[in-house]
Amino acid sequence: MKNDGCTPRACPSGEPSGSAPAERGAPLLQLGRRPPDRRAILGASVAAVAGVATGSGCGNHHFDAHYKELTDEDKRRIFERIEAETRHKTGVDVKISAPQPMDGVEFAYALDLSLCNGNRRCAEACARENNLPDVPKFRYIQVLEMDRGTLDFENANAYYEHDEVPVPGKVYLPVQCQHCANPPCVKVCPVTATWREPDGLVVVDYNWCIGCRYCIAACPYFGRRFNFHEPTVRPRNINPDMGYISNRLRPVGVVEKCTFCLQRTRVGRYPACLEACPTGARKFGNLADPNGEVRIMLERKRVYVLKEELGTLPRFYYFYG
Amino acid sequence: MSVFSGLGTAAKEVVRGGRIYYAWVALLLVFISLGLVAYLGQLRNGLGVTNMRNQVAWGFYISNFTFLVGVAAAAVLLVIPAYVYNFKPIKEIAFLGELMAVTAIVMCILFVAVDVGGPGNLWHLIPFIGRPNFPVSLLTWDIVVLNGYLGINGFIFFYVLYKVSRGQKYSRILPLILLSIPWAVGIHTVTAFLYNGLVARPFWNAAILAPRFLASAFCSGPALMILVLQLVRRQFRIDIDGRALTKIAELVAYALAFNLFLLGAEAFKEFYGQSEHIAPMKYLYLGLHGHHALVPFMWTALTLNVTALMLFLVPRFRNNGKLLNVGCVFILCGVYIEKGLGLVVPGFTPDALGEIYEYVPSVTELAVSLGIWSSGALCFTLLAKFSIPVFIKAKQFTLLGEPSE
Repeated sequence: MKNDGCTPRACPSGEPSGSAPAERGAPLLQLGRRPPDRRAILGASVAAVAGVATGSGCGNHHFDAHYKELTDEDKRRIFERIEAETRHKTGVDVKISAPQPMDGVEFAYALDLSLCNGNRRCAEACARENNLPDVPKFRYIQVLEMDRGTLDFENANAYYEHDEVPVPGKVYLPVQCQHCANPPCVKVCPVTATWREPDGLVVVDYNWCIGCRYCIAACPYFGRRFNFHEPTVRPRNINPDMGYISNRLRPVGVVEKCTFCLQRTRVGRYPACLEACPTGARKFGNLADPNGEVRIMLERKRVYVLKEELGTLPRFYYFYG
Repeated sequence: MSVFSGLGTAAKEVVRGGRIYYAWVALLLVFISLGLVAYLGQLRNGLGVTNMRNQVAWGFYISNFTFLVGVAAAAVLLVIPAYVYNFKPIKEIAFLGELMAVTAIVMCILFVAVDVGGPGNLWHLIPFIGRPNFPVSLLTWDIVVLNGYLGINGFIFFYVLYKVSRGQKYSRILPLILLSIPWAVGIHTVTAFLYNGLVARPFWNAAILAPRFLASAFCSGPALMILVLQLVRRQFRIDIDGRALTKIAELVAYALAFNLFLLGAEAFKEFYGQSEHIAPMKYLYLGLHGHHALVPFMWTALTLNVTALMLFLVPRFRNNGKLLNVGCVFILCGVYIEKGLGLVVPGFTPDALGEIYEYVPSVTELAVSLGIWSSGALCFTLLAKFSIPVFIKAKQFTLLGEPSE
């Protein structure tokens, strides 16, 4: 079968591991870059040696300029192209946008560990909001289950399966990108494909990333994910409200991460993880606003940050309420 | 004109050879094809066909890359005695060291190229067209120094070859030859810093890393050199002074002793202190929470290195050709384990949140790596076959062409 990369491709085995029974039979679509044809593969192997650009992959995103160099006209053109590609491949009408940082805003997060009970609704809501792949399954938020009386990552478990949480004797620590003010991941990127925005959000330009994974090696919080496989999202799970540097569908071979739901928070909404949290453990706000939620927590509670000794200056604070 | 016809004759040498030569080249071509097929599969399906995952983000490719940077840097162990101390037996063969450096760097570049998720985006690294994060990202430094080293050694190799073929002196590039010495230290230091600078990874974030990189490089590279020189001696029936080999072996012995000392210093710090940073060391040598994929390899490496040290320290052993070769093979295997998977994987195990993902290379990774090693061997074979006859023919001129005379 000739694959032009723009027709929906059903998952050959029909059923990926780990999907819910109710979703059985729903077709899975390949959403990232199309599998390269023979010429593209040859081109890419030449590129691998010579380090030159080739046109392998759908949409020629290899020729797109860096996000920071895009004019409004470039953005309009690229967004329209991605919207058309996505419609073609998934049948879903999506809207790509790039909301800009607001003046005088520095976003920060605070999390009340005494309230968190390890239900992981945050991680699931995040996955849906941010179009995380159904296959292979990964999450931006890891909830670590630890024995009460310890904060020992090495003996923590992020893959617990219980009928009921919290389990007596256990405590829970959700970890996601900490949006450090001194982010080690940004420093190491060889092509400036990741950077810290003026409002404190650490983002990735998926079209610019070369997939070397140096940032993953540099992150002390397991805050980044690489698309080892073609990410696949069921069409009915797709969130059509997409940010160009946040939750749009990602190609295979690039790094992605939590953006504090930039597509929501920059237009005045809460991150999806916060809205989904049934215990009210999560607080989000503007550090520069004296009446902001996070500022109030910083002033009234005794907060701490993870691995403070590394000097990364996280903008994600933990406290016991 | 006669020069070019001379080089033309030399080029003909490349396609002429005995049965063993053809069989060797054919074997390498088969391996390269295997590697290419495996790589095309990886391009089609993504890096998921490797066993790397988010927990262990670098694996066999970057391990091989790290080891080969060491091999490349070790060419200076020929250049220093040859040009700084003017040790004649090594001067005659110094060009083979440069050739090995060139080959190793080519393999390094290939190993990094197959490791990236978007090879089509690699042009983003090119200055002015792309946006290289220089000088902040150590990876851009590594690209600069590795390509510089490739350029320097490639130029020296071909320039010397050209001059020798014309029977002329090549003393004019002596400054460049001397520059290659600090540059070799540079490529290794920068590669070490690439790991060293990551505060997230306590196993790498220790100042001992760069010195250890250099010490182990000065073991593995020359050990490989000693073996290759003997092969060259046999294949081309050229006279390589035995003193050259034992001199190199002596230098290897010092480097090896120092490498083991540094390992001991590292082990003391971790095992006496028993802080949480001991986890990767434990994973390597004792196993951690029931995971011990690397334990047998690490103990093998240690045994090989210690045995090799014994063989190389005692002059009677190191002057015995057979034992010398055994020692070289031991060192190569020992350092390959220790500085390959034994360096890269524990940086990620346990990962930043304490999770243990046990990494072992997948079949694709092994096949692609075999292909790259074979292309390196092919590159070395063809260039040696091309250049050595030129040197043989001009033997007298080589002697006259010594810059110091």
